[in-house]
Amino acid sequence: MPEKKQDTYQEFIKGLWRDNPVFVQVLGMCPMLAVTNSAVNALVMGGATFFVLVASSFFVSSLKNWIPKQVRISTYIIIIATFVTVTDFTLQALMPVVHKELGAFIPLIVANCMILGRQEAFASRNSVRLAVVDALGMASGFLFALFSLGAVREILGEGALFGFKLFSDDFEPWVIMILPPGGFITLGLLLLLFNWLKERKDRLVAQLDEMEIEPRFRS
Amino acid sequence: MNELVWIFISALLINNFVLAYFLGLCPFLGVSQRLETAFRLGLATIFVMLITALCAWFLNTYILIHAPYLRLISFIVVIASTVQFIEMVIKKMSPGLFRALGIFLPLITTNCAILGLAIFATNKGYGFIEGMVYALGAGLGFTLALVLMAGIREETELAEVPRLIKGTAMNLIIAGILSMAFMGFAGLFSAA
Repeated sequence: MPEKKQDTYQEFIKGLWRDNPVFVQVLGMCPMLAVTNSAVNALVMGGATFFVLVASSFFVSSLKNWIPKQVRISTYIIIIATFVTVTDFTLQALMPVVHKELGAFIPLIVANCMILGRQEAFASRNSVRLAVVDALGMASGFLFALFSLGAVREILGEGALFGFKLFSDDFEPWVIMILPPGGFITLGLLLLLFNWLKERKDRLVAQLDEMEIEPRFRS
Repeated sequence: MNELVWIFISALLINNFVLAYFLGLCPFLGVSQRLETAFRLGLATIFVMLITALCAWFLNTYILIHAPYLRLISFIVVIASTVQFIEMVIKKMSPGLFRALGIFLPLITTNCAILGLAIFATNKGYGFIEGMVYALGAGLGFTLALVLMAGIREETELAEVPRLIKGTAMNLIIAGILSMAFMGFAGLFSAA
């Protein structure tokens, strides 16, 4: 039993950090750069993607024995599109202001290659429980990435976070950060940071290897 | 007429799909290694975009009036199957054209730029001709961005770059600078 728990935990943490869909796999960028000009927008978009990914993973994994192999991709897309439509209408009813700001980018969650990728690579081959855990991890990783991007852009571009001013009045906002180029550049720099962290960890592991330290201390 | 020119220029330069809307980033970063391939992918995208605009217009005018909540699902299904059908026709009719566009066609269908085009054109309420002009502008804009990016990337291959930043990180920063340059076009119409 403890081994199984470990397994679940591994699947979850994999999506959140080690195989983070944005920073490590560089997937699903199309919708994410456009809407991350403020932390709130980023959170709503992340939440919408979260719901769609978890719900479709659950469905695909439950139905995996009934989906014919030849038309599996189209089936996944239709399942995803159904949940995106649900999300779209729900947001429109509950948060009309944010929905207007995100505009056409909510329906575009369908085309997020990260979601389809998880269905094909994981949900269609694993038990419902593992598929949901994997989806939870990946979606949290995506949410985390969106939020970091949105927060950095809002802090630098407007000098605020969630609309609260962070700096004194003589702070000159970097308007470029909330415009499209800022999205590209911020994501580029965040990827650079991730590469650096990964490289540093690899170096540490290599050093530990040389010192022949027990493998169980390595993560 | 003036209206059409505006739609075209806006989709081509000011609201460039890649550099202002961040649509179609996957091929933009993935297939911009060689100028030649980038150009062919661009051509294939223009082609698919025109078909998409046609499908979207048809669905909106004749079918979705009765069931607007099916919009997303029917866009995806109809566009993907039409493109696949046309791919088969091209394969039969013109093997040369098929070799040039071929492998890209099925990939492009799942590209968010295609779906984005259909949704934007619907939201803006474009008719048939406006939709086609919009698709042409967007497709050419995508090709332009892709070809510029591929040209720059071919040059950077010879440059000495720190190992850490090589790859996607550097490409994204290049894209950011390109996007900054394209922002300059925003003044094109407000000044006139």
